[in-house]
Amino acid sequence: MPSAYLPVLLYAALVIAFPAVTLVFAKLIRPTSTRVGAKLMPYECGIPPEGGSRGRYSVRFYIVAMLFVIFDVETMFLIPWAILYKGWVAAHAGLFALVSMFVFLGILVVGYVWLYKKGALEWA
Amino acid sequence: MMQAVIQATMDFLKLYWAPLLCGLVIVAVLPLIVGYIVLVERKLMADMQARLGPMRVGPHGLLQPIADAVKLLIKEDIIPDNADKLVFWLAPVLSVGAALLSIAGLAIGPAFQIAKDINIGILFVVGVSAMGIFGIVLGGWASNSHYSLMGSLRSSAQLVSYETAAGMALVSGLLLTGTLNIKAIVEAQYNEGIWFVMLAPVAFFIYLVASIAETNRAPFDLPEAESELVAGYMTEFSGFRWSLYFLAEYTNMIVVSSVATTLFLGGWLRPFARVHFFNFLDYVPPLLMIGVAGYCLLRTPKQPSRVQQLFMLAVAGLCLALALVLLAPVALPIAKPLYAGIHGGFWFIFKVSAYIYFFMWLRFTIPRYRFDQLMRLGWQFLIPLSIVNVLVVGVALIVGSYFNLHGWSMLLVTTPAAIIALVVALMILAAGQQSSAGKENAPASDFYAG
Repeated sequence: MPSAYLPVLLYAALVIAFPAVTLVFAKLIRPTSTRVGAKLMPYECGIPPEGGSRGRYSVRFYIVAMLFVIFDVETMFLIPWAILYKGWVAAHAGLFALVSMFVFLGILVVGYVWLYKKGALEWA
Repeated sequence: MMQAVIQATMDFLKLYWAPLLCGLVIVAVLPLIVGYIVLVERKLMADMQARLGPMRVGPHGLLQPIADAVKLLIKEDIIPDNADKLVFWLAPVLSVGAALLSIAGLAIGPAFQIAKDINIGILFVVGVSAMGIFGIVLGGWASNSHYSLMGSLRSSAQLVSYETAAGMALVSGLLLTGTLNIKAIVEAQYNEGIWFVMLAPVAFFIYLVASIAETNRAPFDLPEAESELVAGYMTEFSGFRWSLYFLAEYTNMIVVSSVATTLFLGGWLRPFARVHFFNFLDYVPPLLMIGVAGYCLLRTPKQPSRVQQLFMLAVAGLCLALALVLLAPVALPIAKPLYAGIHGGFWFIFKVSAYIYFFMWLRFTIPRYRFDQLMRLGWQFLIPLSIVNVLVVGVALIVGSYFNLHGWSMLLVTTPAAIIALVVALMILAAGQQSSAGKENAPASDFYAG
């Protein structure tokens, strides 16, 4: 039912308006900022920052992101299965549903074991 | 023309006045509630550390959140020199927007819900609240500071790692309900006569740990570890922008505890909602409110100034009014239809508060994790545990239906299932620790390694 989402849309407008309005309101009543000394430098405990901050960072963050895509898509596949599962069990076809999910998760577990052995799940 | 527009608006309002009102109430009241959650947290922390906490503003510091809000509103706003101005402006708005929007799917009692009939309920809440990560990553990136970038990277890695475990835990819960609709989930728990926390304790445990990590709370508050990263992704944000991030963080706390309450703790149901013997529990909420009011009245003469005495009286009056509202559906036959709305709201808020209290308790008790420990807990313990748990809950459901078990007797099959899942996951963890014990002397990690 698309019409059920209309209140959500209205509420979304309200939600975006709230921080925007308060930010503008705060702009009106706060003192204007002055540029004095090193006030606008990035905060590094008083020491001038060394080099640009958008440098290279560890590849592990990328690995985690890729792993996330695999496992989260799998969770998304599990949700419709989980919703229908009770009906299958009630219709005495639960074993079929369970075995098919065993196969799906089994393939995933093989991948998980491979990642584990490769050390992709270790941080340091 | 004008007439038609007015007519259309009236029709529209007639249809949608309830969700609109709910939305307005949430947007107006939630910042205040968040302020008071912060005050409660500070007071609890003070109590556990044998101090008094905020005491100056108002009696027992009760007006502290309002003073803080005014302070943050009139604070000077600083945007660092090299920051990306547009993204710097947008990031907190995105963060708080996602957090507030996800409340639309939740039901605070059967009467108070914005999106009443959407059939993807829980999925909507989880999906929209996960968008908040964009605000954090963009904010850290835009402020162009080492600490901010490090905090946002950590935060994204952490959220991403625990999102999967939380999702799998939700799947185990959904196996028992068979629907995503919030109302139907709570009704399923009513029909079974047992909360799903009893039937799927392992799933609840996984969701509990993962929700703490997802809201960046201690002991998993690595993204804003103040002893390492100043304030993480919020380092360069000041004044009201900072408070928007803060609002988003605490709103996320409310959202995850509401999801856990709905799916595992029986939503707005009273404990033992179907057992008539426990009907006396209906008198607990009004009695609780009367007790609080009595305490406030008792403390009134001890307040130092006239204003503070009046404030205490006002709080007592508010509690008495709430007690009357809660008492009406139980005592007056005429107000009986309002029972579900009023008492449902009370029990829902009560359970959410208990969950948040547990968060705070953990924060003051357990020291912060190291980042590699955090990742190991997520990837090598919680994810295998949640996969195994989904399977054993599935098997338990089949066995339960074979022996025609319902309600409390389902415990006969789900308890062994939970034990099996825990044992398997602990065996995996032990195997991992044995294999990693050999390589303890790893080289020192570089700055950006986490």
